[in-house]
Amino acid sequence: MFDNFVVPNLLPAAPEIFLTVMALAILMIDLLVKDSRRTVTFVLTQLTLIGCAAIQFATSTGEITYTFSNMFVDDLMSDLLKLFLYMTLVIVMFYSRGYVIDRESMNKGEYYVLALFAALGMMVMISANHFLTIYIGLELLSLSLYAMVAMNRDSVVSTEAAMKYFVLGALASGLLLYGMSMIYGATGTLEITGIAERLYGGGVNKSVMVFGLVFLVAGLAFKLGVVPFHMWIPDVYHGAPTSVTLLIGSAPKLAAFAIVMRLLVNGLITMAADWQAMLVILSVLSMAIGNLAAIAQTNLKRMLAYSAISHMGFMLLGIVTGVVSGDARYALNAYSSAMFYVIAYVLMSAGTFGMILLMSRAGFEAENIEDFKGLNKRSPWFAGIMLMLMFSMAGVPFFIGFFAKFSVLQAVVAAGYMWLAIVAVLFSLIGTFYYLRVVKVMYFDAPADDTPLAAPLDMRILISANGLAVAALGIFPQVIMSLCAYALLRSL
Amino acid sequence: MSTYPLLSLAIWIPIFAGLVVLSTGGDRNAPLARMLSLAGAVAGFLITIPLWTGFDVANGGMQFVELGAWIPRFNINYHLGVDGISMLFVVLNAFVTIIVVAAGWEVVKVKVAQYNAAFLIMSGLMNGIFASLDGVLFYVFFEASLIPLYLIIGVWGGPNRVYAAFKFFLYTLFGSLLLLLSLMYLFINSGGSFSILEWHKMPIALGPQIWLFLAFLIAFAVKVPMWPVHTWLPDAHVEAPTGGSIVLAAIALKLGAYGFIRFSLPILPDASHELSAVVLGMSLIAVVYIGFVALVQEDMKKLVAYSSIAHMGFVTLGFFMFSPLAVEGALVQMVSHGFVAGAMFFCIGVMYDRVHSRQIADYGGVVNTMPKFAALFMLFSMANAGLPATSGFVGEFMVILAATKFNFWVAFAAATSLIVGAAYTLWMYKRVVFGDVTNHHVAELSDINKREFAILGVLALCTLGMGLYPQPFTEVMHASVNDLLRHVAISKIQ
Repeated sequence: MFDNFVVPNLLPAAPEIFLTVMALAILMIDLLVKDSRRTVTFVLTQLTLIGCAAIQFATSTGEITYTFSNMFVDDLMSDLLKLFLYMTLVIVMFYSRGYVIDRESMNKGEYYVLALFAALGMMVMISANHFLTIYIGLELLSLSLYAMVAMNRDSVVSTEAAMKYFVLGALASGLLLYGMSMIYGATGTLEITGIAERLYGGGVNKSVMVFGLVFLVAGLAFKLGVVPFHMWIPDVYHGAPTSVTLLIGSAPKLAAFAIVMRLLVNGLITMAADWQAMLVILSVLSMAIGNLAAIAQTNLKRMLAYSAISHMGFMLLGIVTGVVSGDARYALNAYSSAMFYVIAYVLMSAGTFGMILLMSRAGFEAENIEDFKGLNKRSPWFAGIMLMLMFSMAGVPFFIGFFAKFSVLQAVVAAGYMWLAIVAVLFSLIGTFYYLRVVKVMYFDAPADDTPLAAPLDMRILISANGLAVAALGIFPQVIMSLCAYALLRSL
Repeated sequence: MSTYPLLSLAIWIPIFAGLVVLSTGGDRNAPLARMLSLAGAVAGFLITIPLWTGFDVANGGMQFVELGAWIPRFNINYHLGVDGISMLFVVLNAFVTIIVVAAGWEVVKVKVAQYNAAFLIMSGLMNGIFASLDGVLFYVFFEASLIPLYLIIGVWGGPNRVYAAFKFFLYTLFGSLLLLLSLMYLFINSGGSFSILEWHKMPIALGPQIWLFLAFLIAFAVKVPMWPVHTWLPDAHVEAPTGGSIVLAAIALKLGAYGFIRFSLPILPDASHELSAVVLGMSLIAVVYIGFVALVQEDMKKLVAYSSIAHMGFVTLGFFMFSPLAVEGALVQMVSHGFVAGAMFFCIGVMYDRVHSRQIADYGGVVNTMPKFAALFMLFSMANAGLPATSGFVGEFMVILAATKFNFWVAFAAATSLIVGAAYTLWMYKRVVFGDVTNHHVAELSDINKREFAILGVLALCTLGMGLYPQPFTEVMHASVNDLLRHVAISKIQ
């Protein structure tokens, strides 16, 4: 009866398996840990993530390896993205620790375990080679995040944000599934590489494909948070506890980039002309609405939410310029630029939300721009760090944000879309205004509040490192740039 | 020739010194911060002296070249070098940094370390702009130098400083973003090179040349600034602290003009000829119209700011007449304006520190209480008006002389500026300095102290020296200017 049962090659999925085992173990260990000793859970979580990174390193072959009947793929792109994912999550966990300890209802073992399951979801998304795998990863991530947003039960805003996130997220999943089913109907397979082969072979019903594609792109756009599927972003960023906003605003962007690559580039590259046209509109709208709406915000978290929308729009520019009238010569350049952009953005975003956490303390959320007033007087060092992060977000050299914009823009210019490049720089000029305003508040205004910063030492060191990394990687961007290019060269 | 990486040192010594000054922390350590900044600025200046003494005047090409890979992914190199044109500005910039640090010595009392550090870092970045031979390296320095000036205006500026700082930043950023796209276009079409010297050689059709020229024009015209995109400058000048105004006038305005010389003319010779009338027109409007605007100003800083725009009009005018005399005249004018406008802003700063007003109407009879100051101020006002024997005369005279050969009416319009320039400068001088003491503020004025006297004295020596004996300046730029013009005369259209 089991004659045909072949044990799948588990090696490519070793980090995922390790993470699952550890997450379940931590869930049980935490039952035996008193609230006052929650550090144990924290340390175990961090060790798990570091362990995943070690396993990732050890098992990386550099080859494209499929396993679980081609449902799961391990290639250099996934290795690199996952390594950045672990790194981001370690940073996120460090940043949120003080914040979580100060807030009774969040200081539970579930917080850490949910974060680990979210990580697992993202890892599965990154390595998915099958519609179902993508869907499972996506839902694992989303469900963990819904719960985390609502974790601060007594807060009305958080609960509302969680509801909104859940309802809209479910809608988006529905759109994505509907698109997938259409494509399944047209091609007869759910496997991404299989779909690509069918499409090469021809004979696929084009109108059904395009119909499915529209839904697919809509679902992806929701997960990326680009206009017009961005409505949840400001509310969720604003309503979620800041430590959860930090999580939502950083690592999932890596996973979202990965599924865009898997679905659109690996699977549907032959239909590039169709999805590129859709993404151009989404991208321009995101840059426009993201940057314009951010100007009007007084809440820093909301402002960063709109900034995230505009950044994702900018990143999409890299995706839409891969194929120019059937010519994929520019693909590697364009996609690796987009990948570099995402990684740079995640680094900046983690630092910026980290700064909000640093400024917050028990019973006080430093989430308004006004709360940063006169920071230069209270702490010149952290004002300097925030200054670097803001200028980096604005895309001013010598910071990594400049080279992120630079690499995407050169891809756009290389593909011959000069008008798109001009639109992009004009909107980023508008965007500069609100980043400058944060700098203005920190440097030009007098402090309204002289309470010394309360953050623990480890957080201070880490956030300083994060800010300095934004500067250092802006001076030496070559390493990450070429890593991205190499990983994609070996994966596409 | 020295084997030390002089240009790298000229860039990174001030930046490093700035970081050291920052580390001194709060205002408790202000004296230490001041000493360290002065040491950093002097060291930065000393390192540039071998650039001049070791310069080979017969060589019009790049000297002190340093080349290393920076971002191989996009073939971006850390490529530095100076020719006879840019070398002068590296030295001038390092010199002005000392003046600026000295100018803020007792005047700046809050956040002293940050103030000085911002100037030192900016000085290093601006040296980088003048020394870069790689498009992206140039751009990175060009845009990064906005950050310190934004902070200088915003933190230590006047009452309307926030508006001025934002206007300054966004205006100039708008220009530089178009520059960035042009650089990318050149990168793609040169087969993947960001080397400015490669771009000088590469053929480009007329159509793209025109577009690129317009993009460059916007970028550099904002920075110069040329009419009609000059409106940020008076705001920035009025709100900036004295040191900020000095750097802005002496160095930052030169960046745009330098861009024309390094990018527009040699990379796009055909478009430069084609559209020279546009630039000449804009320059003449700046010279004549802005001169009249300066005449009616009631704020001294605003007046000098407008006069700067008019003087920079001479510079762009000189560049686009394509004759050695005109280009050299324009370059001399740039250096001279660095001394003279810097000194003018310092003089206004001296009065402002005492009376806390920049309105002409609040003064009168200053000569009675500040005779030494009045004498030096007189010299700089004369230089600003272009009096012979001052440096202000040399450049303007060369440009006007070249213009008479080029076109009589251009020369005529340009020459009117000598009259208008004399009118607004001397009229202001008369109202501020001469006459009876008008109010108790002026009556209580104390004459300049040793520090102020030293700064003005050094600047006076530079102004007079350059006016009487401009030879050393024209000598170093001669070969480079000739090479440039020979290059610009050859069409790139194939």
